[in-house]
Amino acid sequence: MAYDKFNILTSTAVPLPLENVDTDQIIPARFLKATKREGFGDNLFRDWRYNNDNSPKESFVLNNPIYSGKILVGGKNFGSGSSREHAAWAVYDYGFRCVVSSFFADIFRNNCLNVGVLPVQVSVEFSEQIFNAIYDDPNTEIEVNLPNQTITILSTGAQESFEINSYKKDNMLNGFDDIDYLQSMKTEIESFANGLLL
Amino acid sequence: MSKTLFDKVWDSHVVRKIEGGPDIFFIDRHFIHEVTSPVAFLGLKSRGLKVLYPERTFATADHNTPTINQHLPVEDPLSAIQLKALEDNSNEYGISHWGLGHQKNGIVHVVGPENGITFPGATIVCGDSHTSTHGAFGAIAFGIGTSEVEMVLTTQCIMQPKPKKMRINVNGQLGKGVTPKDVALYIISKLSTSGATGYFVEYAGDVFENMTMEGRMTVCNLSIEMGARGGMIAPDETTFTYLKDKPLSLKGEAWDTAVAHWKTLKTDADATFDKELTFLASDIEPMITYGTNPGMGMGISKNIPNAESIEGGVATYKKSLDYMGYHENDEMIGKKIDYVFLGSCTNGRIEDFRAFASIVKGRKKADNVTAWLVPGSHEVEALIKEEGILDIINEAGFVLRQPGCSACLAMNDDKVPAGKYAVSTSNRNFEGRQGPGSRTLLASPLVAAAAAVTGVVTDPRDLL
Repeated sequence: MAYDKFNILTSTAVPLPLENVDTDQIIPARFLKATKREGFGDNLFRDWRYNNDNSPKESFVLNNPIYSGKILVGGKNFGSGSSREHAAWAVYDYGFRCVVSSFFADIFRNNCLNVGVLPVQVSVEFSEQIFNAIYDDPNTEIEVNLPNQTITILSTGAQESFEINSYKKDNMLNGFDDIDYLQSMKTEIESFANGLLL
Repeated sequence: MSKTLFDKVWDSHVVRKIEGGPDIFFIDRHFIHEVTSPVAFLGLKSRGLKVLYPERTFATADHNTPTINQHLPVEDPLSAIQLKALEDNSNEYGISHWGLGHQKNGIVHVVGPENGITFPGATIVCGDSHTSTHGAFGAIAFGIGTSEVEMVLTTQCIMQPKPKKMRINVNGQLGKGVTPKDVALYIISKLSTSGATGYFVEYAGDVFENMTMEGRMTVCNLSIEMGARGGMIAPDETTFTYLKDKPLSLKGEAWDTAVAHWKTLKTDADATFDKELTFLASDIEPMITYGTNPGMGMGISKNIPNAESIEGGVATYKKSLDYMGYHENDEMIGKKIDYVFLGSCTNGRIEDFRAFASIVKGRKKADNVTAWLVPGSHEVEALIKEEGILDIINEAGFVLRQPGCSACLAMNDDKVPAGKYAVSTSNRNFEGRQGPGSRTLLASPLVAAAAAVTGVVTDPRDLL
């Protein structure tokens, strides 16, 4: 599915300094019954965000008007567990274009790249600097520069570079997805398949 | 050059390598289910694409199906729509579909192997992280997202960088009451839920060599819970015996040719891994989890660790114990429980029901316990009846339900109520996983059975 191109994103950020945030928290299974990719943002972090009577839990960061922005900063091992791409859809649909963590679970990272959310892995120290900067001043802006592969805390100037393979980088910059590429390889794939035993 | 089992299977499926990018990776077998496939089919339709090899994809309904009265229309309208979408999409594109009510219906990772769809040296994907189960056969099997489901449908390929390699050896003999589930929970407790992220694991050593296929499936199933994309075990006589004469297994000369090839897949003696770990079977006891991720597990006779002794954030750890209503240094033995769930792609096979029955035989279900016993497939259900296990569990006050994922992820009505404790043979104890506010203790079928008849966490070795 097409997504908006990603180049340089400058935004305030939402801090969620918990470790091992699993995809069941990002989007609980009971919200996976849709047959279309619509409305998942409403249920992002559903059970942390709302009480049983659907009233917002004030203590949860997404309900705190002080924090907003297009960047979500999570703790270590973000996105573990279920392979549900709905988790990445929920993050995107809510309005985040970038998730920052000191460590991502594999499948979630991959799903993010496929739907137009940029996963930015930083050092533990830098992730703490970001949390501190946001807690000091929630209006702190973070710049995520995909062409240069850098992330900068604009208030302090602290910067770190991040990794992304050149193929995925090119996709994100242009809003391409893998299907475009794979479609162009059909003949090669078919001849490969013809040589298989099973 | 010397190669590992993983290298041999991976390298033989690379259609093209992209410089500085992922490999174009060919997929032999693709499983789909009702939850993660509808949007992929929508994508195909909107782009006007076809399914390239419909015969390589297999559909079954499992995540979102009721486990009672499966002959009646599905009550939940959203679930019914999802099930219908799977059926319609499968029919439209010529994909074999084992829907609700079909004799071969069941949990995708149970029916795949039992029908011989899974085979050694294969590459297998599904929009489900527990696809790692099929690694038990020496396949590279892992979970994918819905975008990738669409890629596989239309090109039979995905784009993946090759993961690093880890070997986990467990040597020696397992003690009484220690099952494959305990081996896996023990390893995860040592590695944490992110300890194998970025790696593909090979399990080796006496314990896995001596394990049945069903046990190997339990272990490989849980690979994702330590962050690994998947885990695999070298195919051997145990593997070939299991697969021979399965409905979709190769027959005759083609079978013999395949077996000869499969025997060459094992890791070369001098091949190396990026990381290698070794554990002793004698250090493993029946395991139970006490927190909100599968890495928070311990020997059942132990006490809940102190926050200070744990690697990682103290705040996250304490939040987790708060959610569970537990405290540091608590004993787990004797903790009251409310629900027992036997089933899932982790422990919903016939050996799991045999193990459960071995403890409940001649005993009675505890009054305070609600138990859901859910076979992984109709074939498992049939064996439960054939082997007399149904009589044993009925006699003990338990009822057998119909196949499906059920309370493992609680998409259907099998939800553990808020605040209640469930001893579960499934794979995840995340907050709310078994129903909003539910509290899950992951354990083996033996530990589940011991809890079911005593109403509290109990060491199964005392009842064997």
